[in-house]
Amino acid sequence: MNSKKVRALLSPSMIGGITILLLLVLTAVVAPMTMSTAANSLTPDAGAGPSPAHWLGTDDLGHDLFSRSLVATRLTLLMASGAATISVASGIVVGLAIWLAGPRIREAALRVLETAVAYPSLIFALVIAAILQPGATSSVVAIGVAGIPGFARITANLASAVSRSDFVVTARLLGVSPLRIASRHMLPNMAEPLLILSATVFSLSLVEISALSFIGLGVQAPDYDFGRPLNDSLNALYTQPIQAVGPSAMIVLTGLAAMLVGDSLAANANPRTKRRQGPRSLAAKQTLANDAGDQALVRVDNLRIGIPGGTELIKGVSFTIKPGEVVALVGESGSGKSLTAMAVAGLPAEGLSLSADLLRVGNMNMLGRPDQARLAKEISVVYQDPGTTFNPSLRMGAQLTEVLRTHLRLSRAEARQRVIEALEAVNISRPAERLRQHPHELSGGMRQRAMIASSMVVSPALIVADEPTTALDVTVQAEVVREFRRIHRENSTAMLFISHDLGVVQELCDTVLVMKSGEIVERLTAVELKNRDVNHPYTKSLLAAVPVLQISGAPAMAGEQGKLQ
Amino acid sequence: MTSTLVSDANRTPGTNAGGPVPMRLLNHPWTAFVLRRAGGLLLSFLVLTIVTFVIVPLIPGDPAVIAAGEGASADKIQSVRSELGLDQPLLVQFLNYFTGILRLDIGTSFISGDNVSTMIANRFPYTAEIALLAIGMVLLIAVPVGMSVAVLTNGGRRPWLDSMFNVLTSLFYSVPQYVMATLLVTVFAVSLRLLPAAGAAGPTSLILPTAALMIGPSCVIARVVRRETAVVLDKDYIRTARGWRLSAFRTHIRYVLPNLITTTLTLSGLILAAQLGGAVVIETVFAWPGLGQGIVNAILQRDYPVIRGIIMVLGLLATLIIVIVDVVLAVIDPRNLGGGTHE
Repeated sequence: MNSKKVRALLSPSMIGGITILLLLVLTAVVAPMTMSTAANSLTPDAGAGPSPAHWLGTDDLGHDLFSRSLVATRLTLLMASGAATISVASGIVVGLAIWLAGPRIREAALRVLETAVAYPSLIFALVIAAILQPGATSSVVAIGVAGIPGFARITANLASAVSRSDFVVTARLLGVSPLRIASRHMLPNMAEPLLILSATVFSLSLVEISALSFIGLGVQAPDYDFGRPLNDSLNALYTQPIQAVGPSAMIVLTGLAAMLVGDSLAANANPRTKRRQGPRSLAAKQTLANDAGDQALVRVDNLRIGIPGGTELIKGVSFTIKPGEVVALVGESGSGKSLTAMAVAGLPAEGLSLSADLLRVGNMNMLGRPDQARLAKEISVVYQDPGTTFNPSLRMGAQLTEVLRTHLRLSRAEARQRVIEALEAVNISRPAERLRQHPHELSGGMRQRAMIASSMVVSPALIVADEPTTALDVTVQAEVVREFRRIHRENSTAMLFISHDLGVVQELCDTVLVMKSGEIVERLTAVELKNRDVNHPYTKSLLAAVPVLQISGAPAMAGEQGKLQ
Repeated sequence: MTSTLVSDANRTPGTNAGGPVPMRLLNHPWTAFVLRRAGGLLLSFLVLTIVTFVIVPLIPGDPAVIAAGEGASADKIQSVRSELGLDQPLLVQFLNYFTGILRLDIGTSFISGDNVSTMIANRFPYTAEIALLAIGMVLLIAVPVGMSVAVLTNGGRRPWLDSMFNVLTSLFYSVPQYVMATLLVTVFAVSLRLLPAAGAAGPTSLILPTAALMIGPSCVIARVVRRETAVVLDKDYIRTARGWRLSAFRTHIRYVLPNLITTTLTLSGLILAAQLGGAVVIETVFAWPGLGQGIVNAILQRDYPVIRGIIMVLGLLATLIIVIVDVVLAVIDPRNLGGGTHE
């Protein structure tokens, strides 16, 4: 685990960033000791171009610009570190103080911080630098102070996030003093993001300190950092543009190093941004076989899905669904139910390879590229969590009418009318009004019924339902299962129904396929399941995990323990 | 108008929901939103007024000496001092300053004797021109690029594009605006002689300052948009849209883009505000007659009224930008009103 973490930390960009930073630090230590004579001595050839003696030329006073750029590293790094330290340390103190103050003061302070953050920090720094008289120290103070509001706000935001976590709430209930909570419980948990942001603050400080020197309000002669020679070069830009190269390169290099380190740290802390491996490949081994005389609506033959060049997740699954048949795929999570079902629906997971001897729905070859409009009309998909399946930023109406408008070319009004009828069919009250609402304004059960209604508006031949009841509470589950049964009774739509709840499955399905580790281990009819007529030990263990099974009752009876896992 | 609303709100906070129209108006989420934002603006204004008054005279150097010119006699300096009102007690100076601001009269320049408001009004359009143009270009370029890269590399595909995007954006982001400006001038004005190096004369003179301002922020926004898009593409509702067999274009425009807007606009607002600071440096490089150049000159000349005026205006602008972004976000998606969600 630990060595894994170290390896994850040592990404190429991290190694690159740290290498550059180490080289810069080395330069900062060594260059002033060995090169300052060359950097500070005046030579007769002033304002000269590059030559073997002066690789990057000389400035107007005849200083060698190459050694000068390297020697300036020490002062610049020291200044940037100093400013970053001021910003970070004071920012943390102010941010925590704001959080520790009562809600009233906190609210006001956050408003002021908001303004302060919005204020261009360079202008703020400009004024401070002007007050303190331009120079190296005042630049450090100016940039450091100007960076405090930003870091204070980040700290306050982080603190308020951490303060809602269970352990802080518990500590508060136990009567631990706020100061102790802040230092013992919150700071350690904020350390990682704060450290990452410090890298950003460092590179920003560097850029702004150099900017101050660049406009002449920072480091003053005879001292020099990266910014001041750049300012000198501006006057000579027409005659000797090479003068800008040294300081520019050093600023960019330092900024790049800090950014690489910060980014790698952030990517490591936030696995969401980590790259998933493996390109997507969709390999169709064979084209559609001759299906004359094949009565099945869906035929899957030797379906294999795997990580390219890696583990096989689905190991040769075969099954059929007859028109109007309801087939269940059951198994614990990770058994490959969803992967299989989504392959049937023509929605294979990205980044996985897929092959099969045959994979067809109706006469559509799902291994090829079936017509999207036909797919939309013949296969509907209902997903698991109604809380996340709708786009939070669009109204329900826009989303529920989408298929009708896009693929059936209905007008907005016609599509609306069809959806309203469908919503009425699943007992949603005031459907016209619902269409004007955003998803978060509906309850979970209502959203799932809306999802089912929208899957039915196209009268599909097949509904693929991926754990449609799992995220719902038991009473709502019963309603949803009732809707599926009604749809099946009224339209005899075929269904591929995924669940790990055997109670739900036996209510609804004609055939039950039990999956384990990417294989179908047992096929059962509803009657066999009902009579516990099972052979495979895995199926038996699934059944054993359902303590109370009421054959005719609502799936609700299985209750919480009834769900596998 | 605003003040009556505030006092009403204080008297009966949130009670009597079904009351007469004014009551319902008070309980409307927009009312609270507007009041909060207006309060924020007012607070910022007050803080800015006090800070600018207090901070500016701390700048070393006696403005009377400077305004009187080199080698002026003590009498002359004294008369300049009283002329400028600098011999009055601080409180009187502050009241003069404050009432002046309310009358939009920020005073006259110590140096040129020009009205500061007029001076700012003359300089402001130049800064606004490059800042707005830059942020517009940033959005126009960075959002499509960020989205495309996210879509093209989704699920670990095209690792080369992923690496290329990361390297290029990190590299260009690490180039500070003033270095970029120097670089651009060297290449396009000095070497190629394609574009003017300095001064504000005609549309071509806009190109280099705008480019210098926009390249860094474009990288930031492109990276953010890319990251946010990747997050959105992983969302269940994108899977839903795929289940509806929508075309890739429609999915991205209708289902991905709206969910990026909040982050992108918030960040753009902050960047636009920061552009005002970036303009200071850029304007120095390009001899651009905007507010940034104005404040640098004013600091060097200890021209208090001008420094105050510009700090004040830039601060109010920055605050205003943030407020405008908040309002736009709330109009686009009422969930952003805050405190009004039903979940």
